[in-house]
Amino acid sequence: METAQEIGRLKELARGTRKLILESLAEAGSGHPGGSLSAVELLVTLYFHVMHHDPKNPKWEDRDRFFLSKGHAAPLLYSILAQAGYFPAEELMTLRKMGARLQGHPSMGVPGVEAPAGSEGIGLSLGVGTSLAAKLDGRAFRTYVLMGDGEQQEGQVWEAAMSASKFRLDNLTAIIDRNGIQQDGLTEQIMPLEPLAAKWRSFNWNVIEVDGYDFSQIMDGFDLATSTRNRPTVVIAHTVKGKGISFMEWSPHYHGTAPTKDRLSDVLSELEK
Amino acid sequence: MLSKTAAMRDAYGDALLELGATNRDVVVIGADTTGSLKSGVFATKFPERFFNVGIAEQNLVSIAAGMALAGKVAFAGTYAIFVPGKSVDQIRNNIAYPDLNVKLVCSHGGISVGPDGASHQQVEDIAIMRAIPKMKVIVPADAVSTKAVAKAIASIPGPFYVRLTRSSTPVVYESGFEYRYGKANIVRDGSDVALIACGIMVPEALKAAESLKSKGVSASVVDLHTIKPVDSDAIARVAQSCGRVVTAEEHNIIGGMGSAVAEVLGEVRPTPMKRVGVMDTFGESGEAGELLKKYGLTAANIEQAALGLKPQ
Repeated sequence: METAQEIGRLKELARGTRKLILESLAEAGSGHPGGSLSAVELLVTLYFHVMHHDPKNPKWEDRDRFFLSKGHAAPLLYSILAQAGYFPAEELMTLRKMGARLQGHPSMGVPGVEAPAGSEGIGLSLGVGTSLAAKLDGRAFRTYVLMGDGEQQEGQVWEAAMSASKFRLDNLTAIIDRNGIQQDGLTEQIMPLEPLAAKWRSFNWNVIEVDGYDFSQIMDGFDLATSTRNRPTVVIAHTVKGKGISFMEWSPHYHGTAPTKDRLSDVLSELEK
Repeated sequence: MLSKTAAMRDAYGDALLELGATNRDVVVIGADTTGSLKSGVFATKFPERFFNVGIAEQNLVSIAAGMALAGKVAFAGTYAIFVPGKSVDQIRNNIAYPDLNVKLVCSHGGISVGPDGASHQQVEDIAIMRAIPKMKVIVPADAVSTKAVAKAIASIPGPFYVRLTRSSTPVVYESGFEYRYGKANIVRDGSDVALIACGIMVPEALKAAESLKSKGVSASVVDLHTIKPVDSDAIARVAQSCGRVVTAEEHNIIGGMGSAVAEVLGEVRPTPMKRVGVMDTFGESGEAGELLKKYGLTAANIEQAALGLKPQ
């Protein structure tokens, strides 16, 4: 019952997050809805159930770290941070505008944003760095890194993967938003990734596959990652690009096309169902 | 003067040892060239603060960024052909954009790398690094100043790139060197021509100045070790007092130290000048001395450039 209540709370947060993503993108007039909507439940679970963090003290030394490696999902991260209380939700309407803190891709200076992002493939290495520093200083914080699946085509991901297992970084959890679509089309047509789980296993990572919309599976995955010793964990989350908005789902077009303002009310009405 | 030689890499290793002992936040990250960069001595003394990521320069740079995000002073380096050569995006987006406390100290800059050939002779790094916002660029003239620079930048926040030389080089600062951030060092006073040099071209400029003296030309020699932020005041001052400027660097003449000087002079004090450097070409295999001669990077080339400039 307690779990059911918690899941109900997370579902409500996910619905709110999708609404904020779509509203901020429509206001901005450009941006990336597909890969923001696909990973909502993953970030909701991290920020509202798993991670130790304090929106009132974003630089708290022992906070868990989150790096968004797929930086184009900035609207997702911003919407999560706003709901968590790092900054007012109204600020989301300044996304991508001149003079705003909320740059098109994450940058320093936004409370709760740990590092800039936008160039694919380089975020996992940052997580290796903070995880090494945590071990060196005897700190208990964990580091989470969300990557895209198309991003797995970047060579540095595998450099980072090798180093994380060499250094036995059991305080590092990578998450892959496996929505199957990248800018030019299907990942398996552009540059096949499968067998993806086997690749990570062969790099000596603990691999957990979850349904990216099943909160109990996601929570169990992160629990298992935390209790795994001597090696890093990757959670491969099977997701749907554009999740929640019928015409955006499975659509490469909505990787990088914002919803228009005149269609926004129709779009948002889908979330009420 | 210039009779002794010493290796910048040894000096860097010494500096790391001293830093390791005085600053617990100093960490060293290498990429399979740690023996060559002499960071191995740090590894022996402080094994828990030393990380070898293998032949993976992009990961090297980004891990250093992650460690800096967690409060460390991260010294990372390999050969200059690989950092910045193979890792510009990581340097730009992971280190410079967030203004992180990462010190990229890389050896084997320039064509004096020698027999390894053009694939290992980095002559574009100053141009690349200079163009990245927030990045500071230093090319020390010798082993003594290398040690001083390495120690100094540990306590100056933000990203630095320091370029070292493979082979042992003449000691310019036998009597010591105090690093002043962003301040050029006037190594020799003169009134007819200013020779502005960096790295191993500083001793060459000193030799050129001595030779020019015998021809009745008084040359000032400036060690422009810090190319960014560039010391515009010092450059304008020597240009004013000498009326002619020659720059000398072991780098492509496009975008390097000579370009930085030309930018300053063009805006604040237009002065007849000549750039000595690699003439927009790749190097080749050969001994360092042979290559420096063939590619026009000697005291004689500097002297010739100085004599070819008409006073203002």
